[in-house]
Amino acid sequence: YENLMTVLKNISIVFNLLLCTHPFKKCELHRLDQGPPTQALLTREQGLKYYRTMQTMRRMELKADQLYKQKIIRGFCHLYDGQEACAVGIEAGINPSDHLITAYRAHGYTYTRGVSVKEILAELTGRRGGVAKGKGGSMHMYAKHFYGGNGIVGAQVPLGAGLALACQYKGNNEVCVTLYGDGAANQGQIFESFNMAALWKLPCIFICENNKYGMGTSVERASASTDYFKRGDFIPGLKVDGMDVLTVREATKFAADYCRSGKGPILMELETYRYHGHSMSDPGVSYRTREEIQEVRSKSDPISMLKDRMISNNMASLEEIKEIDVEIRKEIEEAAQFATSDPEPPLEELCNHIFYNEPPMEVRGTNPWSKLKSIS
Amino acid sequence: MSSLFSSLKMMTKGAMRCVLITNHLKFFETIGNFQLLQVTVRDALNQAMDEELERDERVFLLGEEVAQYDGAYKVSRGLWKKYGDKRIIDTPISEMGFAGIAVGAAMAGLRPICEFMTFNFSMQAIDQVINSAAKTCYMSAGLQAVPIVFRGPNGASAGVAAQHSQCFAAWYGHCPGLKVVSPWNSEDARGLLKSAIRDDNPVVVLENELMYGVAFEVSEQGLSKDFTIPIGKAKVERPGNHVTLVSHSRMVGHCLDAAAVLAKEGIECEVINLRTIRPLDVETIEASVVKTNHLITVEGGWPQFGVGAEICARIMEGPAFNYLDAPVIRVTGVDIPMPYAKILEDNSTPQIKDIIFSVKKTLNM
Repeated sequence: YENLMTVLKNISIVFNLLLCTHPFKKCELHRLDQGPPTQALLTREQGLKYYRTMQTMRRMELKADQLYKQKIIRGFCHLYDGQEACAVGIEAGINPSDHLITAYRAHGYTYTRGVSVKEILAELTGRRGGVAKGKGGSMHMYAKHFYGGNGIVGAQVPLGAGLALACQYKGNNEVCVTLYGDGAANQGQIFESFNMAALWKLPCIFICENNKYGMGTSVERASASTDYFKRGDFIPGLKVDGMDVLTVREATKFAADYCRSGKGPILMELETYRYHGHSMSDPGVSYRTREEIQEVRSKSDPISMLKDRMISNNMASLEEIKEIDVEIRKEIEEAAQFATSDPEPPLEELCNHIFYNEPPMEVRGTNPWSKLKSIS
Repeated sequence: MSSLFSSLKMMTKGAMRCVLITNHLKFFETIGNFQLLQVTVRDALNQAMDEELERDERVFLLGEEVAQYDGAYKVSRGLWKKYGDKRIIDTPISEMGFAGIAVGAAMAGLRPICEFMTFNFSMQAIDQVINSAAKTCYMSAGLQAVPIVFRGPNGASAGVAAQHSQCFAAWYGHCPGLKVVSPWNSEDARGLLKSAIRDDNPVVVLENELMYGVAFEVSEQGLSKDFTIPIGKAKVERPGNHVTLVSHSRMVGHCLDAAAVLAKEGIECEVINLRTIRPLDVETIEASVVKTNHLITVEGGWPQFGVGAEICARIMEGPAFNYLDAPVIRVTGVDIPMPYAKILEDNSTPQIKDIIFSVKKTLNM
């Protein structure tokens, strides 16, 4: 009897370990002879991890939506829901020691680069427990090898090329993933970065997250050429289905290998979609139809697609997935609790961190008698 | 050279310790026990960069023409030959791009020196200087440092007209998160640039093209490899009792020249060289005003919202106000875009006679 149980156990382990070889859309290529593999191996462990990460990001962004409507989050809030497969797929395709920089739609990447939901939400609510102690807000969150969170559209791209230069300078075989959107793709400084990155063969993976709208302007109304993967001209490019986490992962791995081999920069366009408007001030329906949003939700949602794939391949049961959902809900609730109850930063810290590694100094306040203290 | 050495052998006073400075040696003279070398501002900047490049392998220089051309104004002469492509990088004409690249490299832990051929071109890149460099340490609550130096010639030159002659001291001096220095002589240039490179924060170094070729005596101490001048401290170049002249960069020389002329009439000017624009050393100015009761600021830049305007405001807000016998006077560049014709250009920035006139005005003479 015991032998039988062991045998059965082993069969189920084999069954669970194995996979799904998953055929997906071939990537359109620019100046590349071959692209990423058209099949990927997904283990159960990976599948559950990607699911959990994407679902956590989704629920975190929806919680941020809720808190914003309650006026507990103020100012800018650009939500990432719909685009989860990009952040998760990219992280799966690089190493933690690689570098990543993005623009203002950054909460997802802040999470995949290692910051807890608690610290992200507390930063959004402007509390001392936030990742930047409440000093930065939505667009200015940082972590090890994650350089934000940048508010000026396109400015992060030269920064990313500079991070790649540092990798090359130090000879550490690391790469830098530099993200920008379809709106930013027309910024001049991006083309300046392309030129220098190619000239100096910087290990930079430029990634354009094309979610079809730059604020309220569709790609057709903004760009003379919407083939963003070709806009790097002399830089090889590929166009990738950004709603499929596995495709993104394989493409990122391919791109990272390309850069690490010293061939220079590469450009990836991820076709993706955001459910929310540009920011919380934008309902997101004046420039696109509700039907369009609904269609993407029902046919191409990254989390649903992964869930369906795993269930239909017997890699996970519906109950298991539901259990994960419950856990995530609890985690988000606790994080939101913290983010709404943690105190705001103390006024004494108003002037701190102007400089790094600097002796204490005096800062002028709002009037000449107000002499504030700043420590770094 | 051999005749120089033989004549020096004949000098008997003091111990002679030879200080060799590569091929930038002009001539040296012994005064008592002290060695003084004549070094141009250009060579001082060059030496400073050379020494810092040698000292710390994270330091590198990038900008237009800095490598194979030896620098548009030859400030980086010889550095590419010595350090090669990795550390001295020629960039395409892409200020916004390469300034951003420099900031990104600094974020990753390198220590770039980003040269703007002139600060006029920094306007193309000013977003990277302010929003990416200056503000990041604060926005990240100290998580992300940006140890970068932006340097290059600032302010008026000779005959280069309006688009190439603007002074950016006030613009950069306005922003928290930046340090801004403005050296006048060779010692300033060496010490401030070295401090800037060693600083873990973004520093803007405003040089002056007309000063590059001017030679100054630099003491042996000033030539040592670890000589630095603290950022944020002004220097009293010339003590005096009757009036305080505060200036930065090239105008310091004008103030000293004016002081020499006025001294013949018995007016003793105290000349303060700001050295740093931000943070401004108000204490040194206040201490001087307490003594002289009269203050004149002298700058090459435009008057409105300028360095002099800031000094006026700060003096008014502080204890020195009660010691003023007259309102503070600002001597500034004329409030116009810089013209080309020599006679017009000469009359667009403060001349020595303008400083003398203002001194006599404030002293009611």
